[in-house]
Parts: sequence; C-alpha cells; structure tokens
Amino acid sequence: MRYLPLTEADRRTMLAAIGSETVDALFCDVPSAARLPGPVPGLPNHADELTVERAFQAWAARNLSPANAPCFLGAGAYRHHIPASVDHLIQRGEFLTAYTPYQPEVAQGTLQYLFEFQTQVALATGMEVANASLYDGATATAEAVLMAARITRRSRIVLSGGLHPHAREVTATNARFMNLDLVQLPPDWDGGETASDAVNSATACVVVQNPDVFGRVRDLAPLAATCHAAGALLVVVVNEVVSLGMLRPPGDMGADIVAAEGQSLGNATGFGGPTVGLFATREKFVRQMPGRLVGETVDADGRRGFVLTLSTREQHIRREKATSNICTNSGLCALAFTIHLTLLGEAGFARLAKLNHVAAVSLADRLAAIPAVTVMDGPFFNEFTVHLPKPAVAVVEALAGRGILAGVPAARLFPEADHAAEADARLLVAATETNSEDDMDRFATALEEELR
Amino acid sequence: MTQEGSTTSGHRGLDAEEPLSFEQGSPDKTGVDLPEPAAGVDRLGGLTRTRPIGLPGLAEPEVVRHYLRLSRQNFCIDGGFYPLGSCTMKHNPRLNEKLARLPGIGDLHPLQPVSTVQGALALIDACAGWLKALTGLPAVAMSPGAGAHGELTGLMTIRAALEDRGDARARVLVPESAHGTNPASARFCGYRVEAIPADRRGRVDVAAMKQKLGPDVAAIMLTNPNTCGLFENDILEIAEAVHDAGAFFYCDGANFNAIVGRVRPGDLGIDCMHINLHKTFSTPHGGGGPGAGPVVLSAALAPFAPVPSVVHGEDGTFRIIEHPCQSDAKPFGRVKGFHGQFGMFVRALAYMMSMGADGLHQASADAVLNANYLMARLDGTLHPAFPGPCMHEALFDEDTLKDTGVTTLDLAKALIDEGFHPMTVYFPLVVHGAMLVEPTETESKQTLDAFIASLKSLVARAHGGDARFFEEAPRLAPRRRLDETRAARQPVLRWRPPAPEIAAE
Repeated sequence: MRYLPLTEADRRTMLAAIGSETVDALFCDVPSAARLPGPVPGLPNHADELTVERAFQAWAARNLSPANAPCFLGAGAYRHHIPASVDHLIQRGEFLTAYTPYQPEVAQGTLQYLFEFQTQVALATGMEVANASLYDGATATAEAVLMAARITRRSRIVLSGGLHPHAREVTATNARFMNLDLVQLPPDWDGGETASDAVNSATACVVVQNPDVFGRVRDLAPLAATCHAAGALLVVVVNEVVSLGMLRPPGDMGADIVAAEGQSLGNATGFGGPTVGLFATREKFVRQMPGRLVGETVDADGRRGFVLTLSTREQHIRREKATSNICTNSGLCALAFTIHLTLLGEAGFARLAKLNHVAAVSLADRLAAIPAVTVMDGPFFNEFTVHLPKPAVAVVEALAGRGILAGVPAARLFPEADHAAEADARLLVAATETNSEDDMDRFATALEEELR
Repeated sequence: MTQEGSTTSGHRGLDAEEPLSFEQGSPDKTGVDLPEPAAGVDRLGGLTRTRPIGLPGLAEPEVVRHYLRLSRQNFCIDGGFYPLGSCTMKHNPRLNEKLARLPGIGDLHPLQPVSTVQGALALIDACAGWLKALTGLPAVAMSPGAGAHGELTGLMTIRAALEDRGDARARVLVPESAHGTNPASARFCGYRVEAIPADRRGRVDVAAMKQKLGPDVAAIMLTNPNTCGLFENDILEIAEAVHDAGAFFYCDGANFNAIVGRVRPGDLGIDCMHINLHKTFSTPHGGGGPGAGPVVLSAALAPFAPVPSVVHGEDGTFRIIEHPCQSDAKPFGRVKGFHGQFGMFVRALAYMMSMGADGLHQASADAVLNANYLMARLDGTLHPAFPGPCMHEALFDEDTLKDTGVTTLDLAKALIDEGFHPMTVYFPLVVHGAMLVEPTETESKQTLDAFIASLKSLVARAHGGDARFFEEAPRLAPRRRLDETRAARQPVLRWRPPAPEIAAE
C-alpha cells in the first residue's frame, strides 16, 4: 500500500525490539469482543490512484460545473477569478502540510503570513485589529454575538432581517444554547427595516449585514449611533469581501465587530467549504476576541519574529473559561485570501470591485428591460434581487436545463411556509468580473423566453 | 555585528530574510491585470470609500518570491518527521488535492439547483457511508468545520435529545487529561463542566466517575485512546454506568487513528463521536486549518442532528435537507454555512478509497507498532509516564531529565536543530513535563531510528552537564527562541505605517 513505508521484515524486527509476538497483542487493552478479526466488513479493499480518480471523475460528470455554464449565483458564495499563482503557492508542502505554529522558530512562514493577513483584514474592514481567521462567515457571526454579550454583560441580541439565513440560523443555534435572548427581525424583503427601533438598554448588540442578503447597501452610521447611545454594540457582517474594495467599510460607519466571509478572495466556491471567516474589532476588545492571534516580538538574537499570542483567552490554557472553544482556524484559506489580496494590491482591489459593480449594474439594466421583471430599488454592489411573475425555483430549474445557472431563488434560503408569499417570486442574482457581456445576454434572453 | 555568518543582506545562503509585504512595493503597482471598468457607473448610493485602504502593491514575481521565501521558514510533514502527539501528522496524499480541484467538484456553487449537483451529493453520501461503517454508528452529521466544532455539535445534539424527552440536565463530566476544547465545548453548549481525575494507570478513575454520575449529568466526554496514548480498558463498564445514569457517552475522536479499521466505536457503547478528517483521514493541516469534524451518532441521537443532511430520494436521486422545516426528524438547528467542509470530504473519501478496509486495518496496526517501537527503543533514555503497551502515541515525563537543568522545552528546542519537529510538550496536563510522541503509520523504520539516535545523544548530552547547549537551542532554525512574554505584554497584532519623520537628517 503506497502510503505505508514499513515492510514485513521491518514489522518483525520492530516487534522483536518491543518483545511482542504480534501486533494484535499491542491492542490487548481493547475489550476482545470489540476487536474485529479482520478488516471492517462491508467496505472495499485498497485501490490504485487511477481507480480512485475514475470514481471522482464519474461523480464530477454528474454535476454542472459553473465553468461550463454562465453562473449568476451569489448569496454568500461568489465566483471570482483566482490568479494561478495563488493555488500554486498554497500547495507548497511547507504551507499545506505544516501544523499550527506551536514551535515558532520553525513556523515563521505561517506566522508572518497570518500577521499580514490580520493587517489586511483590519485595513479592509476599517477596524483596528483582526484575528487569524475562523471557520466561515456564519460561525464568525455567532462568535461575534457571544463576544458582544461578554463585553456588554447583556443578553439581548437583535438579528436583522437582512442577515443571510445561514448566518442567522448558526447564530440563533449558538445563542439558544448559551441562553441568550434572541430578537429575530422578519426578512427585510423591501428594505424597510428600521433595526434602530429594536434597540433598548438591555441590548448587547445588533447584527446587520452589508450588503444585505438581498444585495442592498446601506449607511449603517445612524444605526451605530443608536446602538452606542444605548450601550449596545454594532456587529456588521460582510458576505462579499470584494465589496470592500469600493464600499465604505464597516469600521468607517461605526461597527464594533466585523464578521465576514472571506471566500471571495483566493478561495473557490467549492460547494460551500472550506472557506475562511474574518473577524475584526476595536483594539480595546482584543482580550475578548475568539480565535488565534499572531503578534510581533523578537528572538534571542534581537531579530523580528512572530508568535501566537494572548493565548490565555484560548481553550488550551483556559479550558471552560476560554473566550471560545475554537482551536483550528482556517489557515490555508486565510493564506489564499492573503496572497490574492497581495497580488491585487490597493489599485487592483479597487479595480476588481469596480468591475463587479459595473457587471451587476449592466445585468440589472438588462433584466429590468424584460417585461414583468422588476429589479429592486436602491443601491447595491454586485448582487440584487429581482421579482418574477412566476415561482423563481421553477424558472431557475428551467434555465439550468438550458445550461444557465440563473441565481438563487429566495425560497431556497427562506423555505418556511409562512415566507412563501414573499419568497417565491424573488430571485437573488449576482454578477462578478467572471461574467462576460455574452453570458449576461444569454441569461437575459433565456429568462425572457421562459417568462413568455 | 561580527557574528559568525552575518551578511550585508541579512540573508544566509538559501535562508532569506523576508520583510513584510507591507514593507515592499508601491501602491500604484499590481500583480493582477484587469480590464479598465466602464466609467461613470455608480449605484452605491453615495456609500463609496472616502480614503485608501493602505494596501501595498507588488507585481506577480515579487508576490511569488515573497510567499516562497516565507514557505521556506516552515517545518512541514512533507519535509521531515513531525511526531506531534495528538495531532496525527501523517502524509497528505497529493491525489486528494488533485481530486478536490477537478472541474465539477472544486468549482461548484453551494446553492446550484439540486438537479445539477447530484454527483456532489452522491459523494457526500459515500463519504458519510464510509464514516458510518468504520465507526459502527448509524448516522453522521457532516457539517461541523473542525474537531472542536464537532464536539460542540455533538453536545448540542445530546442536549436536544435530552430536552426532547423533558430531561434537562446541567453537567458534563470531562477527564482532567482531556483536550482543552472538551470543557470549552461543554461550556458553550450551556453545561457546567466537572473534571474526573485519572487513576495511577493514566486512565479514568472509574470509581470517581461513578460517584460524579447522577440524574443531572448529560454526558461524559472521553477521549479514547486517551491523551496519554492509552486505551481506556474499562470502557464497557464506563459506557454501562453512563447509560444507566440516563446520560450519553461522547467520545472525542481525535485519536481514532489508533483503532480505525480494527475497532468500531459503536461496539464500545459510544453514542456520539467527532472525527477529525485532518487527522485520521489525511486531509492537510494547512498551517492550522481548515479541518473538518463530522460527528457520528447513535440511533437515539440521529433524529436531532443539525441540518443540512443529504437524503436519498425515491427515484434514486439525492435531496438535501437545508432547513428544519424540510425535515421529518427533529434537527436542533444549523452549525455552519452551506454544506460543511465539502472539499475535505473529497480528500478524506479519496484517502479512504485508496487505503480500503484492508489498508486502514494495516494503518492503525503500523501506527501502534511505530509508537511502541519508539517507546521500547527509548527505554532508559526517556521515562514513560505509564507502562505500555501504548496505542498510537508514546507519552514520556521529565523524570530522566531531573537534576540536569534541562527541561522538556529545552529538549524539544534541541530536536529542532537535529532536523525534527518537536513532539507535543506539556500536554496532557496530568503528566509533569509531558512529551507526547505520535509517529503515525506513514513513517519508515529508518526515520524512527534516526529520531531515536538523536534523542539518545541529546539526553546523554543533558546528563553530561551541558545545560547551556540546550538553553541556547535552537541555533540552526530561521529564528532563535522568541520572546513570548513581550508579545503578550505589548501586543503588536498588525503592521502600521511608520510615523512620518519629523526632521530629515
């Protein structure tokens, strides 16, 4: 077996050194009734590379790859072009096959890129500090809420109806088990939500998403002011980080904590995971943060170096008193994010954002020209909601049959029966730099035909 | 400085000193060519940025060199022996990486119509099938993002099942030797944590555990093999006592590599166990994630598993339950966005298919053999914390270093100069100066012999009175020992632009 270096002769020599007759004898502490006499029944034996590869190619062939179909899906996962050098670099064994940098003398590569990542995230979100990443945007949102409750010593959590349902559900699940008092505002179908009205003196935080799940962009400064006047924190969720190349960042609008999904930079949509959660806040809250942090220091020769730091917040030191149970972060996805953003730089990142916005505006204008299709009012970045005269699920299915991935039906995200009246006709549509004019024409034409 | 080997550039041969990306380039440069966007388009409602971000600009060759140079400052499993106990640093097959990037697998959007991702759902179902067969448990929640996340998810499932039967309970029992994530996960599930002591054999003190069991205990969280590298040989008795008390038996599956393919946790009375795909099933550790932590569940817990779950439709197709309202069961909620760490399911499945039932049976045997070989050959050099045989990792204490002035940490740092990654040190907490060595099955006898030779010579040197040699280690790494106290007292967590010079000289 190709992954096992020991030979039968090695095994015999080693058993002799141990003084054991058989390997089975080494398992003597396992109750004999639970020791299988041979391999686990019901599973095939080992397979060569070619055989395994064929099986995966067969699975792949049963999927419609967005590489072969114009794709307008967003809703928390965005298809962007990833420069070739990103994937090349993250596959270097020194990055791919290293563990958590517990021995900093031989892990400066990981530690330095995480320090750069923390700096990039803090800068892009307009915040003071960021951690070394969390699992994804949804779990980062839940961690933000738990942190806000610790800081304010309050338990009332207000979740905006513009929050992505997955982030809302993950947060609600975690909050429920921690006995927090959850106020979930109804889905903000038409952008009329006034989350300020839900803030009171018991409120730990308000959680809003910008752009929201329907694609709308809004100025959060007035909400931040209301929160702060009541002693509450404002948590801002960002699901499309490319927007930060152009849009006013949460930090500039008064956010206290930013929880973001970083997939868009460096990471493929990958059927939703793994991705990378970004987490940024104000300096004064650093000791309440979840997750790993890298800090700068010096070595015995006085040279600059980096280490994991402030670990007295973490579970391996504090156990049940830790700020979070998290151990692993999303290191390699954070590396992909950081390489992509370094490649883009200030000018490239702004341009990428602009290309996305231009593409989405262009698509919105095309779709708005179709009779019976209404595009939502108000500002947006690279995603918007359209109202169709037919159930969006059926339209999307029909367009998929024609090789077009048309968007995410709101009913996919809001499947509850009591949302059907609002959700059924709505379709979330995203456009990025990967969508050509030709793609957009095909989509608009096909949609018009389907609606006829 | 006249230090030996010092250079004008700061580089030392192949060992390059690399500044931060923020200290390079200029803001007008970029490493990505993008077309000029159409002018005059703005539907952001006046919410554009009012100031630059402050990112540097580098051309592609500069970026590639930067990260390549950083990579060379890392130790990695591809490059050397990495016997980090409790972490299962085994070989990461490149076939897994290739398959995770196939068109139609790596590039799928998570919300494509279900009719267009039948292969992906079949793949998740196949991965789940292997995990169920290998653990002997009937259900699995695939979505948790890492081991600790799996622990939390498993406990939430347990709490949901208890509450469903109107039996709210308050406490979770956790052995003193457990990973720190165990008590932390219990706490974040709303439970009070109570520690169970270990006995002199490095195992759970069963009598003490039974005393702590009661009608308000929701679960016990046990790592098996435990963090001392030992199998909890009273496990059947523990399971029976836990079940008699109406509680659930949670197993931390971090050490599953010791028994995979030979022992099914379901046969040991376990109700719930997370599996670290990045340990047992060879997905890369990636410098600290992403991992994946699916949780296998007993029939009693299965109805309460979180969404999403992949289910077989009537016509041979697959469906995905994404919201509790679509389920006939009683899912407690959602723990992660979309469908979990799909890319890790691909890699783990590729590994399981490559190894097969026979290969996994052999792998756990070799992992245990390697650890016992190290323990046997280091007899007289390092003192085992507990008598053997051990399972897949060998645990030593600081005893043989007594009176040498050399600590566990010093010995670990000296191993770096020998070209090995140190073992896990000072964990588990129940052993003084612990050294936890996990070789895994993917190391050859030759590698183990070289490691043994280095350890023997280092321990002999310690006994020779050369404590200073150890205090100064490592000497040959990209950095000497780092000042962690300073990092924590005066935290510098990001780069900031240098203050403008007031008067130029």
